[in-house]
Amino acid sequence: MALLEVKNLIKAFGGLLAVNDVSFNVEEGEIVGLIGPNGSGKTTTFNCINQFFPVTSGDILFKGESIIGLKTHQICHLGIGRTFQVVKPLARMTVLENVTASAFCRVNTIKEAKDAALAILEFCNLSNQNNKPAKSLPIAGRKRLEIARALATKPKLLLLDETAAGLNPGELDEAIDLIKKIRDNGISILIVEHIMKVIMTISDRIHAINFGQTIAEGAPQEVANNPAVIEAYLGEQRAQG
Amino acid sequence: MKKKQLFMIIMGIAFLIFPLVVRSDYYLHLVIIIFMWVVIGSSWNLLAGYTGQVSFGHAIFFGVGAYTAGIFVTKLGISAWWGMAFGGIFSMLVGLFVGWVCFRLRGPYFALATLAGGEIIRLIATNWESLTDGMVGILIIQTFKSKLPYYYIAFALALTCIFVIQLIMKSKWGYYFVSIREDEDAAASMGINTTLYKNVSLLVSSFFTGTAGAFYMNYMAFIDPEVVFSLHFISIMAILVGIVGGVATIWGPAVGAFVMVGLQETFRSSFFGLAPSWISQAHSLVFGLLVIFVIMFLANGIVGDWRKIKQYVFRMKPSRL
Repeated sequence: MALLEVKNLIKAFGGLLAVNDVSFNVEEGEIVGLIGPNGSGKTTTFNCINQFFPVTSGDILFKGESIIGLKTHQICHLGIGRTFQVVKPLARMTVLENVTASAFCRVNTIKEAKDAALAILEFCNLSNQNNKPAKSLPIAGRKRLEIARALATKPKLLLLDETAAGLNPGELDEAIDLIKKIRDNGISILIVEHIMKVIMTISDRIHAINFGQTIAEGAPQEVANNPAVIEAYLGEQRAQG
Repeated sequence: MKKKQLFMIIMGIAFLIFPLVVRSDYYLHLVIIIFMWVVIGSSWNLLAGYTGQVSFGHAIFFGVGAYTAGIFVTKLGISAWWGMAFGGIFSMLVGLFVGWVCFRLRGPYFALATLAGGEIIRLIATNWESLTDGMVGILIIQTFKSKLPYYYIAFALALTCIFVIQLIMKSKWGYYFVSIREDEDAAASMGINTTLYKNVSLLVSSFFTGTAGAFYMNYMAFIDPEVVFSLHFISIMAILVGIVGGVATIWGPAVGAFVMVGLQETFRSSFFGLAPSWISQAHSLVFGLLVIFVIMFLANGIVGDWRKIKQYVFRMKPSRL
């Protein structure tokens, strides 16, 4: 049984089918990449998985049970953490407070939450920023903070939404290391990413969508060579050539 | 930090012995009203300052608390002091309903909904004459002739309110409230039940405001809908107390209450009789100017921007405490 099963997911905004009949699985311990051109429905898929949006039809199973109709915070308690593409630091709280607030998802006392938060910040290489207000972090720090906050809820599955966007090459390598380290800790990952260097190196499998529909699925190299994917990204001529 | 604690203890003792030294009913009355505003301002601050749900309708809870105490006397024939216990609880029940309706909205829409709520309940209180006696109001007989007991009750109420809010803000709830203020979607994705905790904040806030209302009934012995459900004198005043003192600071509303009640009284009494009487008409204008000044230069209020004040007003170097 897969950890996460998305079955025939459809999400319509009025007449626009943002996600149209997408199905995929994430197995335990796997890193699955979700790629597609801008506006292809990747973030909408995320928003459906953690129930920011009610889905139009289809089913999403986590550990074999449907999570349709649950509230966002319940999804988090079940063990699905997420980061946001447009980062949402809790600006006027310190970095440590950001992660501590999140850690209360699993523990109850201040001390336990703080200890958990400190450990996670250490893990994410942010511990030298602990007492800075979150709004003072540069973009790389904010992306890390997103991850740290999601990790503090002790997820089984982590949804990463363009964690590497806007990072410089050095920061990219660090981000890749961090994501691998997270997987080594037994957390499965579903990642949306545009930067090919990231998605090609870390994904076990890639699922490509365009206009809300699946166009390819498989190992990173297969998908990269798939004509439909090349066409979606680079246009028809390149695909034929 | 030691200096701060010492200051708190000295202030505490000063307020304890104040009525024994100053034997003027007038000044006692002022401080009692200030204490009451400390409670209302702090409650408003918990919901608006810390949780980010700006209420324009705190008169709802103040009025319900006051009317609970009043109706206990006129309809049930029991002491208005029972209202001190039950005023807060009835306010919470009303708060539950307000939350159920208004928390479907966010940001300015929530604020507008509470504004409407305040006006609705004022009209209900005005027109439901069989229960509230409408515009006639409710008149009871004060329990104590002296102001001393009221002074200490109000003081205890203010201290309790600040203490409880401080306790809450240092707990898990505090983290949750501030997370919700900073970003509701992020908070939900962190596993925080945002609807539940917004309501928790509202309930605590409405409880204390309601208790303050019940105290007002006991102390002033007269209420009518235009006073206790007043948009101008309660709901807006609660916001001013919070903003001037310092939003999202523990002691901000306390300082704000002193400044605002002090200012209001200074103008109402035409600078204690020293200025021509027309100046008493100007208090709304001065409130407006003050708010503009605070928002432009002290966006975090007197307590929130205390360092800035020290720097510019007292020409002191920012301390490195």
